[in-house]
Amino acid sequence: MSGTYPGTPFPQAAAVSTGDRTLRANLRHATHTIRAKRARAVAELEDWDRLRAAGAAIKDRTLRHLDHYLVQLEENVTRAGGTVHWAADAAEANRIVTELVQATGETEVVKVKSMATQETGLNAALAQAGIRAYETDLAELIVQLADDLPSHILVPAIHRSRAEIRDIFRDRMADWGRPAPDDLTDRPADLAEAARVHLRDKFLGCTVGVSGANFMIAETGTLVVVESEGNGRMCLTLPDTLISVVGIEKTVPAWKDLEVYLQLLPRSSTAERMNPYTSMWTGTTDEDGPRSFHLVLLDNGRTDTLADHVGRQALRCIRCSACLNVCPVYERAGGHAYGSPYPGPIGAILTPQLRGLASPLEESLPFASSLCGACYDVCPVAIDIPEVLVHLRERVAEGGETTVRGTRTVIKPARKHTAERIAMRATGWALNHPAALLKAQRLAARSRRFHPRRLPGPGRAWTDTRDLPAVPAEPFRDWWTRTHGGTA
Amino acid sequence: MRVGLFVTCVNDTLYPRTGRAVVTLLERLGVHVDFPMDQSCCGQPLYNTGYRHHTEPLLLRHAAAFRDHDYIVTPSGSCAAMVRDNYPRIARRAAFEGRGSREVTALAEAAACTASKTYELTEFLVDVLGVTDVGARFPHPVTYHPTCHGLRVLGLRDRPRRLLEHVAGLDLRELGGAEECCGFGGTFAVKNAAVSAAMGADKARAVTATGAHAVCAVDNSCLMHIGGILSRDNSPVRPVHIAEILASTDGNLP
Repeated sequence: MSGTYPGTPFPQAAAVSTGDRTLRANLRHATHTIRAKRARAVAELEDWDRLRAAGAAIKDRTLRHLDHYLVQLEENVTRAGGTVHWAADAAEANRIVTELVQATGETEVVKVKSMATQETGLNAALAQAGIRAYETDLAELIVQLADDLPSHILVPAIHRSRAEIRDIFRDRMADWGRPAPDDLTDRPADLAEAARVHLRDKFLGCTVGVSGANFMIAETGTLVVVESEGNGRMCLTLPDTLISVVGIEKTVPAWKDLEVYLQLLPRSSTAERMNPYTSMWTGTTDEDGPRSFHLVLLDNGRTDTLADHVGRQALRCIRCSACLNVCPVYERAGGHAYGSPYPGPIGAILTPQLRGLASPLEESLPFASSLCGACYDVCPVAIDIPEVLVHLRERVAEGGETTVRGTRTVIKPARKHTAERIAMRATGWALNHPAALLKAQRLAARSRRFHPRRLPGPGRAWTDTRDLPAVPAEPFRDWWTRTHGGTA
Repeated sequence: MRVGLFVTCVNDTLYPRTGRAVVTLLERLGVHVDFPMDQSCCGQPLYNTGYRHHTEPLLLRHAAAFRDHDYIVTPSGSCAAMVRDNYPRIARRAAFEGRGSREVTALAEAAACTASKTYELTEFLVDVLGVTDVGARFPHPVTYHPTCHGLRVLGLRDRPRRLLEHVAGLDLRELGGAEECCGFGGTFAVKNAAVSAAMGADKARAVTATGAHAVCAVDNSCLMHIGGILSRDNSPVRPVHIAEILASTDGNLP
């Protein structure tokens, strides 16, 4: 990936993407298919609710004592022959990885699909240093070849159809290595075979691998990657040097905690009982696997997020994508509208917290939801996404206390919301003075013949696509007074 | 048993027919209904848009208006959810902010007292009154849209359906993708109008495909959105609050 997400606020970006019929059809088909499969996979387990509660509780407890577990993790990784690096932000993580690659003398690396390195924009940083990073996950490969951006956590090329993928392979594979066969069809098996052959050269030729991790086990210093394609296993075992960039919230205390997450994660993400490949490694082992292992622990806004007692639940996220797949907003707007590698409901609460309310894009994300609650229902670690959305809306609308790079700060309300704030204050006042409200209701009732069908100004956003309800002749409370004598 | 009708500001202003239907229905079932004139809005539009502090006076007003009632009944799933789910949350947040103890106590008491006695209409009928046949007649094909807050926050489950199934003459049509949000979402409908309209258009299409003459729900705000799209498309399908169907004995489509 060489591009960066545009900083367009969500409503404007989504207004364009909802009009893209191909995108809408691709997303509808893909999300509805996986949605139904997930529901079936989850329904198989009688104790799903208890697993979900355990998944939330383990993460909460770990996050409460994260300082302790991270130090324990560092000790155990070091003892097992690995080297631990601490990165406060994306730039520091990218610099550490770049220097580690440079130290090997190599100019190419193979990559396991990793959200943390998408978050830091590692590929672009490596490219600047003259290092080529090859994505080896099928969907990430499609995105990289097309010079595109991921639009889904689990299925980064979900916005692409099979025919588009065939064209991308035919047109672009040659620029990156072995070309696609001339007679490539859009059959999934043929596409997968073309990718397999193309990637085989990379696996065999590269001596540096870069990965993320789904879990880090503090008690032994073990890292865990779960995946479906086996490309991860190749990247984790074949290279001489392995560099893993992992968010600090991926820590779990003990092996026994995996029992919970290895049930929750595959069923929630791919709707499988068990994912095909689970790779686990502890430091380095003589004569087997990478000779040198580096763990880059990434903060990049996580400690700030942890300081927010409502918002911190977002750090439980295990990146399963179930919330994206059920989200009616994601389904229409697509992933790119969220302006970060974390799209959908989880992105709408994660991005503004990790980055802070840094620009109009981040300020718009908490509002990119109808608060329908489908995301909370399916979340395997019970993140109450609507609660966090409303909490972040408050920070945008009213301002308030937040933490920026470890320092408590009071932020001002977003500038764009001034008119709204005044209107809301007035609304709040009127609603708290029923006599005034009644006057307004009666005025509306009396003038109802003159109400326009289309509203000017912000009201247009409603009447462009929807008729207004007719205002009745009398409000309810007048009818009540007339018929029931106003008893209170 | 003192039953207070919390009609909601949307129904009071735009859909008084729904409020009248609740009164008709409950009186027919032998319930004496009261309408405290001090009531106003529960504060949901303010709270969900991020104005929690402006919501607090409305919380206190709401609790005071219904102080003497044993039950608060409302024909709105989302307003019931606001009181039950968010009022306690608002009180907890105030406590967390370290505000004065009198203020915190007032909010906590108001939240606790209203949350525990608030019932969405179909809950009140099925759980408190123990009825599923309310003696209604509505001989029309009808489809039911389970609204998000009714479905997921309140957990209404099949209560509305059980009530509809006992309405004489009613032909209940299955709605495709019933549990998907209609796209209203309060201020979401104007802040993200494009996505909201796209969701609404899909919902309206599913409604029309049932062949029903009316689409009903436990919330008029969702129906205002769905109905606004149906009306713009010149669809003959009418949005009707479930209370109006359950109150109906003449069988006329409102």
